[in-house]
Amino acid sequence: MTFTRRETLAIGAGAALTAMLPAAGFAEAHADLEALISEFTGGAETGADGVTINAPEIAENGNTVPIEVSAPGATAIAVYAAGNPTPPVATFRFGPMAAAQTASTRIRLARTQDVVAVAQLADGSFARTVANVKVTIGGCGG
Amino acid sequence: MISRRDFLQASMAASAILGASGFGNWSRLAAQQALSQDQLLQFDTFGNVSLIHMTDIHAQLTPIYFREPEVNIGVGGNKGEVPHITGADFRRLYGIEDGSPSHYALTYNDFASLAQAYGRMGGLDRIATVVKSIRAARPDALLLDGGDTWHGSYTCLKTAGQDVVDAMNLLKPDAMTFHWEFTLGSDRVHELIDGLPFDALGQNVFDAEWDEPAERFAPYKFYETGGVKVAVIGQAFPYMPIANPGWMFPEYSFGIRDEHMQTMVDEVRGQGAELVVCLSHNGFDVDKKMASVVSGIDVILSGHTHDALPEPVLVGDTIIVATGSNGKFVSRVDLDVRDGQMMGFRHKLIPIFSDVIDSDPEMAAQIESSRAPYKAEMEEVVGQVGDGTLYRRGNFNGTWDDVICDALLSQRDAQIALSPGVRWGPSLIPGQDITREDIFGVTSMTYPEAYRTEMTGEFLKVVLEDVGDNIFNPDPFYQQGGDMVRVGGLGYRIDVSKPQGERISNMTLLATGEAIDPATSYTVAGWASVNEGTEGPPIWDVVEAHIRELGTVEARENTSVEVVGV
Repeated sequence: MTFTRRETLAIGAGAALTAMLPAAGFAEAHADLEALISEFTGGAETGADGVTINAPEIAENGNTVPIEVSAPGATAIAVYAAGNPTPPVATFRFGPMAAAQTASTRIRLARTQDVVAVAQLADGSFARTVANVKVTIGGCGG
Repeated sequence: MISRRDFLQASMAASAILGASGFGNWSRLAAQQALSQDQLLQFDTFGNVSLIHMTDIHAQLTPIYFREPEVNIGVGGNKGEVPHITGADFRRLYGIEDGSPSHYALTYNDFASLAQAYGRMGGLDRIATVVKSIRAARPDALLLDGGDTWHGSYTCLKTAGQDVVDAMNLLKPDAMTFHWEFTLGSDRVHELIDGLPFDALGQNVFDAEWDEPAERFAPYKFYETGGVKVAVIGQAFPYMPIANPGWMFPEYSFGIRDEHMQTMVDEVRGQGAELVVCLSHNGFDVDKKMASVVSGIDVILSGHTHDALPEPVLVGDTIIVATGSNGKFVSRVDLDVRDGQMMGFRHKLIPIFSDVIDSDPEMAAQIESSRAPYKAEMEEVVGQVGDGTLYRRGNFNGTWDDVICDALLSQRDAQIALSPGVRWGPSLIPGQDITREDIFGVTSMTYPEAYRTEMTGEFLKVVLEDVGDNIFNPDPFYQQGGDMVRVGGLGYRIDVSKPQGERISNMTLLATGEAIDPATSYTVAGWASVNEGTEGPPIWDVVEAHIRELGTVEARENTSVEVVGV
């Protein structure tokens, strides 16, 4: 059996691959990210403890990546996608009656990048954490 | 007073030195040409709980040859650690004598000649004999199947997994977790799972829409055995929708979900679990990392990366057991659980030498009946193997994959061929007939379309970089557990120590010797695309046509990939 070019002109696979392809170059921080974080913190230093991000290591679909941020006692948590054209994703504000300072959402990631969460804690100080989320074209499973 | 951790380590050391794991023992006996079923199954029953682990059989119900990898590079903290030790280094590490059956079973050197001497391995009828023997000593031993069970053979593909399900049901497993099973499509998976007489587990199988645990897959189940309350937590393959076509099972989301794993461990401990077992399809390095970030798991039964280790690896207080693939091995783990704690263990990786272990008549009859309708078509001889071995395992290439890439280049008239770096697929030894069943052994899947397309040099580099990072990312949680995509017509250099985007260089079109130009388009043929709507003839037809033209298939040397930074 042989397959001629004519029989196999349909090349759906390649086209789809191209469309899904993340841009080359990975995870460099957005130039304005620090400035954006400073706007939120008013320029205050950020500590390491008090805020967590739960995100997949590798996104199953970069168009809708589930994330959860949590900061016990916080009054606000800001989320940034450092590698997106527009890094700010959301700012969650928690009133005094909030039972838990946790928020879940889905975000769109243009490519492999850091997702950053900055929380304003109960004492007014700020904490920051980061999770690297890979956006991949996928391919081969064992 | 000896701490629990010291105790486990002392137990490990004793296993290694005295052969209490049984491994060193059968190795020595084998070297004396005294291999017998009794010796392979010899085990001084220990403690009060027995676990039987099998994984990644890839629907190989009958005995096969399977050559272990020569190249299996570890990166980051796993550089030079098992399972990233192969060949003579592996034999030295475990005290395996050259030329012994364990040399043949566990390492790649002299594979063809040792295969002649020691024969095929595996076969679910032989495994049934082993399982029955263990149950004779410990009637309530738990049999746990790590998944990649309903995929990988001619009959499995034709019956959409039914032949394997019927055979496994005779073995009466207690629980199972999953990977390639999902590529049967969610409707078929639901149909099969709803009829299973045992538990389908996966704490990381979530509903994609709501990001909540999926109802069909229990995160864990309790089993009462030897007076001990045992919790078995399932961990399905974390990267299903990325490494395999997500459109075939759109209802599901996976991921490692180590925090949820910790919650499950705490939950079962809270409910009185005295022993916590994780039945995992993470892959070995991912399991090592998971054991280091999740506390309270006693035993991880590890699958996916097809590693066979003669002794468990200890991470903190967790032992990790790796049982190989394609039916070559079964692990028996006996545990002494007292006062809600694992106090010690005894382990044996049992090699399934098909010429030594008896066939179980009931299972043999079941397998024969499932093969009968397809016998003529799958046993048809398509060609012969020449002087070399056709094998797949290895990080960068295998001789079987070279044949597949050559088939794509010639039958699809392409400049470059891409073939997925999967780890399943039996080997063929020199002079062996190549049957249609053998071709399906290395190609069988539900998305086999051999596409033909154009890709720019830049895109090809992105593909290689992307797949490379799935294997060589120094953080195991970013590794998907396959091998590098196989290439035909293309050469490249890879520095495994570099980050993504910097590993691949010197890409060359082999036909002309010219450097690949980022802006030029090349005709590329490949198969196993994860994208919906891929078109082309099934890969097994392409490979069969190629082998029929060749008649005799010679394994060729492949120097097209230069590996540095190891």
